[in-house]
Amino acid sequence: MIELDLKSEGVRGVNSRLHSLPKNTNQRHWLLKNPQGQHAIACGLDGPFTVEIAGHVGFYCGGMNKEAEIIIHGHAGVGVAENMMSGLVRVTGNASESAGATGNGGLLVIEGDASSRCGISMKGIDIVVGGSVGHMSAFMAQRGNLVVCGDAGEALGDSIYEARLYVKGRAENLGADCIEKEMRAEHREELEKLLERAKIKAKVKDFRRYGSARQLYNFNIDHADAY
Amino acid sequence: MDTNIPRTVPRKSATFDDYTLSEIRRAASTGIYDIRGGGAKRRLPHFDDLLFLGASMSRYPLEGYREKCGTNVVLGTRFAKKPIELKIPITIAGMSFGSLSAQAKEALGRGASIAGTSTTTGDGGMTPEERGQSKTLVYQYLPSRYGMNPDDLRKADAIEVVVGQGAKPGGGGMLLGQKISDRVAQMRCLPKGIDQRSACRHPDWTGPDDLEIKIHELREITNWEKPIFIKVGGARPFYDVALSVKAGADVVVVDGMQGGTAATQEVFIEHVGQPTLACIRPAVAALQELGMHRKVQLIVSGGIRNGADVAKALALGADAVSIGTAALVALGDNDPRWEAEYEKLGSTAGAYDDWHEGRDPAGITTQDPELSKRLDPVLAGRRLANYLKVMTLEAQTIARACGKSHVHNLEPEDLVALTVEAAAMAQVPLAGTSWIPGK
Ligand SMILES: Cc1cc2nc3c(=O)[nH]c(=O)nc-3n(C[C@H](O)[C@H](O)[C@H](O)COP(=O)(O)O)c2cc1C
Repeated sequence: MIELDLKSEGVRGVNSRLHSLPKNTNQRHWLLKNPQGQHAIACGLDGPFTVEIAGHVGFYCGGMNKEAEIIIHGHAGVGVAENMMSGLVRVTGNASESAGATGNGGLLVIEGDASSRCGISMKGIDIVVGGSVGHMSAFMAQRGNLVVCGDAGEALGDSIYEARLYVKGRAENLGADCIEKEMRAEHREELEKLLERAKIKAKVKDFRRYGSARQLYNFNIDHADAY
Repeated sequence: MDTNIPRTVPRKSATFDDYTLSEIRRAASTGIYDIRGGGAKRRLPHFDDLLFLGASMSRYPLEGYREKCGTNVVLGTRFAKKPIELKIPITIAGMSFGSLSAQAKEALGRGASIAGTSTTTGDGGMTPEERGQSKTLVYQYLPSRYGMNPDDLRKADAIEVVVGQGAKPGGGGMLLGQKISDRVAQMRCLPKGIDQRSACRHPDWTGPDDLEIKIHELREITNWEKPIFIKVGGARPFYDVALSVKAGADVVVVDGMQGGTAATQEVFIEHVGQPTLACIRPAVAALQELGMHRKVQLIVSGGIRNGADVAKALALGADAVSIGTAALVALGDNDPRWEAEYEKLGSTAGAYDDWHEGRDPAGITTQDPELSKRLDPVLAGRRLANYLKVMTLEAQTIARACGKSHVHNLEPEDLVALTVEAAAMAQVPLAGTSWIPGK
């Protein structure tokens, strides 16, 4: 494991070091110390490396990640793993707003709670939250899975498209066009796999599934109240 | 009694004019607002209300064609390691693949490259045709983030964070189901044929403080190489530009209300935002107040049609202009040769704006394979390049007449206004007076 100090080298120094790694490097395991809540740490990585961060991070940590495995040993600020393409981002603590926003692929695991707008406009990413998520989570969620082991805040899945939402706790207030849907075998199987990949312990049978009623897909004046 | 009383001629109301009446009937029968493409169609104070003074006793003109009059512009000198240099101060504005056909996007790239300028992606991501044919390509970073990915981000020559558009400041995008073809659907990760609403707010930042951090992230991902633009609609140009500078922009794009859109509610296009002419001086004032004029470049768009408009925008303090509608017209949009087909669609050449329906006879604002085949990207690109050349020559003609060896040397002192409104907005004297309203 190679150590880099975010305090002395700064985000620029550390990111450019990680960006310059060739994909076939054998320097595959990195430890970033002293993050001190700095922003844009380990964003734009592109390769099968493991990057562990010892402490709390600021905004957009792991943004647009491709292939890398990023483990944040602490809490994460706004937009952790935003627009992730592939790979894994794990937050051992809590995450702030817009976690996994617009993500296209890969897996984001938040072991604690996530704040509002978790999975907003998600486009294929899988997100597993060990705790609860805040309001407006999965707003306009297009594709991918959001698993919430705690409760979901207000207006879950507002204007949702094809993403699948699994919530273990309460999800009493669903957003426009979001409805509870039947858990079929395929969904149970999918959820089982997601929890396993995320290494989060929970029983599939305790979850309910939510998704789009597909009533807002084409404008209809009789649904204008919902817009 | 005289039975032969003269009748007054039938008189239509100026308030309830034909258009207004037809809109009331349309609304009454459909129950839904009117959606269309294009920009504000009403008459607004505009560049036509300004005139150049030209040289005279106290100013020395330059010889046309002989004496050099520079037109190049460098964008992104503030922070970017690789600023972009354009031969002409006219860029092609962001127009999405989805709203436009792949052929049209390719043609825009071709035309811009021949002319030595940049083109811009749009809401819907970057297509290989467009990247391939565009020497300098600006990649838009929009609220929807359709197609957004780090590889395209790194392939771009500059990044434009879209906060708003002049046609609809405060509004998101819409692309109706008819235009969501397989390819468009795939690029946007959405099912085919559904109405697609692009968000009006970015998903992971809210105010200028957050945007500053977002821009920092984009710079980190692209190794601080690319110029970062912020595009705002003409809402509060003074504050929007000042806050863009604070957020770390290299370039600010201000798009006035005449600016085109692919599709929005008519009420939005005509009633929200300020005219382009009203936006420039406040934008420049913000830059000057921060000591950033010419350091953070200003691009102005919304209703730019010819070299005179270009010269006037530059004289008021812009570094470059951007064109959307005019570029589409140069490609062949609304061409009278398709009149019979426009009529079938209930319109006429020059007025056709139902771009959201995807049935454009000119093959530009459509995803229909048959219609889009009508546009030859090579030929259309050539036409755009010709048009850009004419605009540039026109701007140079004016600059030389005003004695300027570079179009950027044009200044407000070269201008007068024909109307009190234009004089107030442009902060130049009313023609024949030394009066600048408010001064
Ligand atoms: C068909 C069409 C599509 C557009 N799509 C976008 C877009 O995706 N993103 C954006 O920021 N602006 C978009 N615009 C606005 C242009 O970038 C630009 O602001 C405007 O066209 C400039 O005004 P003009 O049309 O009068 O030249 C679009 C405009 C048109 C006409």
